[in-house]
Amino acid sequence: MEFALAALVGLFFTTAIYLLLSRAIIRMLLGIAILGNAVNLLIFTAGRLTRQVPPIVPYGEQQLIEPFANPLPQALILTAIVIGFALFTFLLVLGYRAYQELDADDTDTMRVAEPEKSPRPPLSY
Amino acid sequence: MASETETVLVLPNAMIEVATSSAEWIIILPVVLAMMAAALLLMLRSSQRGQAVFSIIVVMAIIVIELQLLLKVLELGPQSMTMGKWLAPFGISFSVDVIGVAFALTGAIITLAVLIYVQADIAAREIKYGFYSLVLLMLAGVSGAFMTGDLFNLYVWFEVMLISSFGLIIMGGRKIQLDGAVKYGFLNFLATTFFLIALGYIYGLTGTLNMADIAIKASDAPIGPLSAIGALLLLAFGMKAAAFPVNAWLPASYHTPHPAVSALFGGLLTKVGAYALLRSLILILPEARDFLDPLITALAVATLILAPMGALSQTNLRRAIGFFIIGGVGAVMAGLALASMRGVAGASVYIFHSMLTISALYLVAGLIERMSGTDDTRKMGGIYGANSWLSILFLVLVFAVAGLPPFLGFWPKLLLIEASLGQGDIWLVVALVINSFLTVIAGTRLWSHIFWRAGREGENSEQPNDRLVPLNKKDKWFGILPTASLVIIIVWFGLMPNPIFNASRIAAADLLFIDRYVEATGIEVKE
Repeated sequence: MEFALAALVGLFFTTAIYLLLSRAIIRMLLGIAILGNAVNLLIFTAGRLTRQVPPIVPYGEQQLIEPFANPLPQALILTAIVIGFALFTFLLVLGYRAYQELDADDTDTMRVAEPEKSPRPPLSY
Repeated sequence: MASETETVLVLPNAMIEVATSSAEWIIILPVVLAMMAAALLLMLRSSQRGQAVFSIIVVMAIIVIELQLLLKVLELGPQSMTMGKWLAPFGISFSVDVIGVAFALTGAIITLAVLIYVQADIAAREIKYGFYSLVLLMLAGVSGAFMTGDLFNLYVWFEVMLISSFGLIIMGGRKIQLDGAVKYGFLNFLATTFFLIALGYIYGLTGTLNMADIAIKASDAPIGPLSAIGALLLLAFGMKAAAFPVNAWLPASYHTPHPAVSALFGGLLTKVGAYALLRSLILILPEARDFLDPLITALAVATLILAPMGALSQTNLRRAIGFFIIGGVGAVMAGLALASMRGVAGASVYIFHSMLTISALYLVAGLIERMSGTDDTRKMGGIYGANSWLSILFLVLVFAVAGLPPFLGFWPKLLLIEASLGQGDIWLVVALVINSFLTVIAGTRLWSHIFWRAGREGENSEQPNDRLVPLNKKDKWFGILPTASLVIIIVWFGLMPNPIFNASRIAAADLLFIDRYVEATGIEVKE
């Protein structure tokens, strides 16, 4: 089970990095979205997989009894999903605004902050 | 039925059964105050004056609290508080030591200076869009990152910082800002994601996220996975700190927002990355650092030498300052590569110095841009005649960045060079000296173009610059006063470095030897 998920994580990372290396903002956004999922699956797998045993203390007991599914990675992923979603939404709107204002979806043509023909360094002094 | 010995959790070992003493709350108070104030400010949206006064009072309160906390930590050693009645590795800890509190305090001082500085020229529209709220939220994120003792919590504070800095960099919505924000946004989000990947591996390897606990458990983990994690952390935090070769986003974005926002970013954000490098690779995973040592040395040398060359080639004032920041990160990497008492102490003092100096430089740059109405150093000129105070502040800051005595920047450079000579790292010595040399050239050339030359570049450069607008009274008070206060701190500690040396010695010892840090969190070391 872990092996299958590890392979899937690897596939996700490959796709995400391929998309992120693109010049088009919209592809980079897709890459970011897939990258987030890859990381979440990675954390999930790193916590080891135990199926169908919820981490609930049985009635009348004082503590959990082995085996139980590890709840911590799930909590971590939940946090990471929420944060990732918020940031992804921001980047999505930012990409759209940049497209409206700069008329550029291609990072090669986004040269307002770093002008392409920037002036030569001053020669005096 | 499982017997007693097989059970996983024994409650008295996992929970605190008495209430947390009120004295411990001082550890979390700065972060709580900043976050609550940020939320409250949203309710005060309509009142411009009210927001300004309220946020300045809150930041002053945070400074007082952190000063107290610093004194306490200097006297009693690292302090720790674990939330929600859980004991250390289970609950989320806030563990503060000298380096964390000192940086958080410096960050709050810079925020105060920036909040006073913006009074002169902030637009009503930006206040309405939550400028003060975002600044306080960023301060909360920065203080949280400096003081947390839990690695996943550090990730969360990184994201708090990131989202509020997104809001700040975009505020105003000019074209150049959108361009800068795209590059800043994507690459910083990518860096925190790399950090999250490393977190997943750390959890898989050690089964814990508490920094002290990881440090204990990782010491007998196999070196292969550890060095992979170390390399990922180096990439993630190196990107955050803008070390070579992952520095390109910084000069592409830091010059685009309001100068006060640049000052805040330059003083706080990259330094959190540099701090996280020291914290994670020296305190938590020293074995991984030893493995990566040649790589870190090479990166430090490259960053130190290439960054001031970037500054030399710039005609945009604030972009040139951006390259000075990168050069400073090289010095911190040099300390990381040395990993000795002197080296780590030098790196921590360098971060402290760089926070103050870079913020002050951006604030001065803002005033220069306001007077000359341009960001191009070729069109400035003649400001010495219009405002000689500004020229003194700028020259002091340039010398401080380059590390010339008697300013604060000299001492960490001295510590670092001493340490690298002592350890026979000749490359680092050469790189540190070349860095200082090139920074002096780049900085003084900026100075002579902006201040010394009478007019604009070209044939009439000896004619007075007729486009200069003198600062009005409001600009003078709100602009020069906070900047000059930062410069006074730099000169003061440059002349009297003993308190800094003592504090840095304690800070370096607590990073290199984990005993006191672990003891504060209350985790038992099993033999």
